[in-house]
Amino acid sequence: MSRTSLFLPLGLFLLMAFMLWRGFALNDPHELPSALLNQPLPDFQKTRLADGAPVARRDLLGTPFMLNVWATWCPTCKAEHAELNRIAARYAVPLVGVNYKDDGPAARAWLARYGDPYRLSVVDQDGSLGIELGVYGAPETFIVDRDGIIRYKRVGAVDRRVWEEEIRPVLQNLGLPLEEPSA
Amino acid sequence: MIPELGHFALILALMLAVLLAVVPMAGVVRRDLTLQHSAGALSAGLFVFLLLSYACLTQAFLQDDFSVAYVANNSNALLPWYYKVSAVWGAHEGSFLLWTLIMGGWTLAVALRSEALPTAMLARVLSVMGALTVGFILFLLMTSNPFERVLPVAAAEGADLNPQLQDFGLIVHPPMLYTGYVGFSVAFAFAIAALLSGRLDAAWARWSRPWTNLAWAFLSVGIALGSWWAYYELGWGGWWFWDAVENASFMPWLVGTALIHSLAVTEKRGVFKSWTVLLAIAAFSLSLLGAFIVRSGVLTSVHAFAVDPERGMFILVFLLLVVGSALALYALRAPVMRAEARYEGLSREVMLLANNIVLVVSTAAVLLGTLYPLVYESLTGGGKISVGPPYFNAVFVPLMVLLLLIMAPAPLARWKRTGAAQLMSSLSKVALASVALGLALPLVVTGALELWPVLSVMLGAWITLALLVDALERVRNKQGLSAKLRGLKTLGAGYGGMVLAHLGVAVTALGIALTTTYSAERDVRLAPGESVTLGPRTYLFEGVAPLEGPNYVADQGTVRVFQNGQPIAVLHPEKRRYLARQMVMTEADIDPGFFRDLYVALGEPLGDGAWALRVHDKPFVRWVWLGGVLMMFGGLMAAFDRRYRRLKLRDQAALAGALAS
Repeated sequence: MSRTSLFLPLGLFLLMAFMLWRGFALNDPHELPSALLNQPLPDFQKTRLADGAPVARRDLLGTPFMLNVWATWCPTCKAEHAELNRIAARYAVPLVGVNYKDDGPAARAWLARYGDPYRLSVVDQDGSLGIELGVYGAPETFIVDRDGIIRYKRVGAVDRRVWEEEIRPVLQNLGLPLEEPSA
Repeated sequence: MIPELGHFALILALMLAVLLAVVPMAGVVRRDLTLQHSAGALSAGLFVFLLLSYACLTQAFLQDDFSVAYVANNSNALLPWYYKVSAVWGAHEGSFLLWTLIMGGWTLAVALRSEALPTAMLARVLSVMGALTVGFILFLLMTSNPFERVLPVAAAEGADLNPQLQDFGLIVHPPMLYTGYVGFSVAFAFAIAALLSGRLDAAWARWSRPWTNLAWAFLSVGIALGSWWAYYELGWGGWWFWDAVENASFMPWLVGTALIHSLAVTEKRGVFKSWTVLLAIAAFSLSLLGAFIVRSGVLTSVHAFAVDPERGMFILVFLLLVVGSALALYALRAPVMRAEARYEGLSREVMLLANNIVLVVSTAAVLLGTLYPLVYESLTGGGKISVGPPYFNAVFVPLMVLLLLIMAPAPLARWKRTGAAQLMSSLSKVALASVALGLALPLVVTGALELWPVLSVMLGAWITLALLVDALERVRNKQGLSAKLRGLKTLGAGYGGMVLAHLGVAVTALGIALTTTYSAERDVRLAPGESVTLGPRTYLFEGVAPLEGPNYVADQGTVRVFQNGQPIAVLHPEKRRYLARQMVMTEADIDPGFFRDLYVALGEPLGDGAWALRVHDKPFVRWVWLGGVLMMFGGLMAAFDRRYRRLKLRDQAALAGALAS
């Protein structure tokens, strides 16, 4: 062994630090939403989770909707799920799921078990739609307007506060009627 | 006034840390003993002011001083006092103050417990720790000041501590974890001091060993506590998610484990010196990397603190300075490896080398999986992907199987060389017995043979029986039971600690394999009076009653569990609504047991008094954490081995002799 080889750890570390810095600079959490805002929802050809029928971008358009990226391997998705169920039961919001890098039967069982708030779930087993969407981890939630332009993005779980303060106002601005159901 | 006092104490601590980083080191360079001796007093002063600062923040919590932004965001007048105390480390700023305080605690402990160390060595070590503390305090003051006021006072009540964190697990988990993380700074400081002095010898390894064992013990139990907390508090019965934050604590643990073993070889045989130094640097560097991952928001996670790019940038620069300069020093000063001592294929050295390789490869695999999304992104300029548990399980599990395989012969092997025949004669019976047990136990208990239970019982028996055989062989020459027991005692705390820690690893591995294979769960809709059967037990739902807690209201269910018609447990799962944050939490109720947990969680109300219920049967799940507790006791026991004190005195005498002649 020579002195030169002792520099190897330093070299590896500097490489890693550079990667961290790059990732960090690209990934500035405050910048994250704006980079994707007002971009069109990427085109895709996928299948529906429930029955394997084909589904494409154009099938979703025509009305504003929420797009929620989820997976059975993602604990935060499970934490978020009750709120999505509540939203779906209470308001007339079209909620579309993206079942991200998941196992089909497990995902169907999961929805059967915890309730299915989604109008439909798009199967994204290879993660290609997730890459197009810039998915950073599950769960993530997008709001897409009637013309297919992304108007909002949230990384992490949707809870009651996020719904009331962020998502609901955006959807209302896009023209969805979201009055409280009368008791 | 009190928060300002805390802020001021923190600034004074910063100044003392700067002095500690500079003065003793200057003393070493200028060969000025007075300056070197200042390290002890500076360490004590540093700790006192950090403690004062920390006490002030705690007092602000206890007094409900909501003019302090951090208190207003993380506490509430209705919070019970013990959660007010633990809320201090419930979010980023306060938890980092705790981290820094613990750093001060380790520094003081080194200063107090190292009277046998050569003065210059101790001065270097404490200076390095002081320099690290400077970075930590600067981080607090520049980006994360917990004492910042909001004036005029906006909050009358406080936003409350995150309900998930109002829990015993949270009171104990972070302090243990941080003590482990920060504890590796001692081994790091010793490594840097040794590189600076050029004295990388057996004495250096011996000084580092107890501190490393201690830090490792705390980290082990900290990780186990975190896993336990996730299990009962997050409400879905999982105990490990390969989450970025979990990985952040797991990587230093893996490298720390390698370091403990490598230090043993360096101390006893004087080999692997450069490798050991590198591991000491790596263990602490990975702790810092973990802090970066958790606190920068660069990877999203269930545990993530509020993200702030400024903090991320600070930690990244700090990481670059600390780790970069440490590795540069390593490259320039580490001895170029050569065979200083001879050892052969079946020696303990080689076994421990194999252990190190497996552990380091495992760490690399976890690191790769954790950072891959970032690496991918920086290569593609923005493309994003994520890596899930499938990757980690596929890579990690086979490596651990390999590690468990080596764990049995390694303690039996002798230094330098081990006779293959001797090892075979000791272990062939153990191997036979393990295979028989692995096949018989699962078959008798469950009536079926499944891969993981069979393999884990085999490996568990393999490790346990080999430890037993080794202990018996060591007292073979003693006659009579009491003499044999006395003989076992003379093997020393270090040996006992090793046995305990290895048993802990076997217990955890068994727990993981068995609970993963045998756990069962059912989700059902139950009206009051209805029941569900899972395995041999029946769960009778008696309905839900309202309950009022100090800062929440809850629906509390009652579930009676029957086995063979006999009542065995009554469980009270709750659905809590915390008032200040209006957050709904599922409080699962668990009937814990050595061989199985019964776990019931309340889902959603479904009308007419019916509820969605989730019922888990989780065999052996406690073993996962029980192993962690055994590892902790093993680490503690080894750290307090009297041998280190005895040898320290011998080193001192040798040094005195060298000076006198």
